[in-house]
Amino acid sequence: MAERPAVLAAIAVGSALGGLARALLAGAAPTAPPWGLLLVNALGSLAIGAYHELTRPGGRFDHPPVLRHFVMGGLLGGFTSFSLVSIEALRLAGGGAAAGVLFLLASTASWLAAAALGLRLARPLRRPPGGRG
Amino acid sequence: MSGLAAETLPLAVGGALGGLARALLSGWVTRLGDGVLPWGTLAVNLSGALLAGLGLGLAERGTLPPQGAAVLLGGVLGAYTTVSSLALQTLTLAESGRRRAALGFLLAHAGLGLPLAAVGQRLAELLDG
Repeated sequence: MAERPAVLAAIAVGSALGGLARALLAGAAPTAPPWGLLLVNALGSLAIGAYHELTRPGGRFDHPPVLRHFVMGGLLGGFTSFSLVSIEALRLAGGGAAAGVLFLLASTASWLAAAALGLRLARPLRRPPGGRG
Repeated sequence: MSGLAAETLPLAVGGALGGLARALLSGWVTRLGDGVLPWGTLAVNLSGALLAGLGLGLAERGTLPPQGAAVLLGGVLGAYTTVSSLALQTLTLAESGRRRAALGFLLAHAGLGLPLAAVGQRLAELLDG
C-alpha cells in the first residue's frame, strides 16, 4: 500500500517545521565544532523515544496515525539529520581521522542514550490496565 | 520579501521536499524489504550521506553558491535523512530480542555514512573536471 496523501502532507509540513527548528538551533550552514548538531540529534532522539512510548498501543495518549506521522516522520524526522552528521564527520576527519571517528562515536552513543532515556522517562506515564486515561 | 523570509522560505520548502522524498523512498524500500532491518531508513540515510558529500564538494569548489549549499544541505538533505527514527528503530530491534540486527543496523550507519560522504565529495571533483 502506498502512503496516503494526508500522511505525506503531514510528513512534508512537519519536516519543514522540524528543519527550520534545526536551522535555528544548529545554524543553517555547518559550523565547527558541531555542538548544535549533536544537541539537535540528541534532543530529537529523546523526543521520539518519549513520544513513541506515550502514544504506542496501550500508551498514555491515543493519537491517530496521521498525527504520529506528523510528529515522528515530520517534526522529528526533519529536525534530526544523518547527512549533516556524515559531512561534519568528513570535515573533522580532514583535520585527522581520529576527530571524525570520535565525533561519529559520540554522536551514535548520544542518540541511543537519548532515545532510551525518552522511553524510560515516559514509561511511568503509561495508562494503568483498565484504569481511566 | 524581507531578509528573514528570504532565508527561511527556501529552507522550509527544502525541508518539506526532503521529508516527502524520505517518506516515499523509505516506504517503498521497506515494502520491498524482508523486514529483517528497517531498510527504508538505512536507504535514505546512506543515499543522503552520499548526496551531502557531493553537495559539500560542489560548495567547496564554488560550483554551488553558499545560499544553494545551505538550502541543499541544511534544508533538503537535512530533512531527507533522520537520526530520531534510526535511534528508535535500533532500540525497538534490541528490545524485541534482535540484538544482532540492532547492532548491524547501527554499525551500518556509523561505518558507512562517512565513507559515502567522502565518495560524494570525490564525485564533485570528477564532475567538476
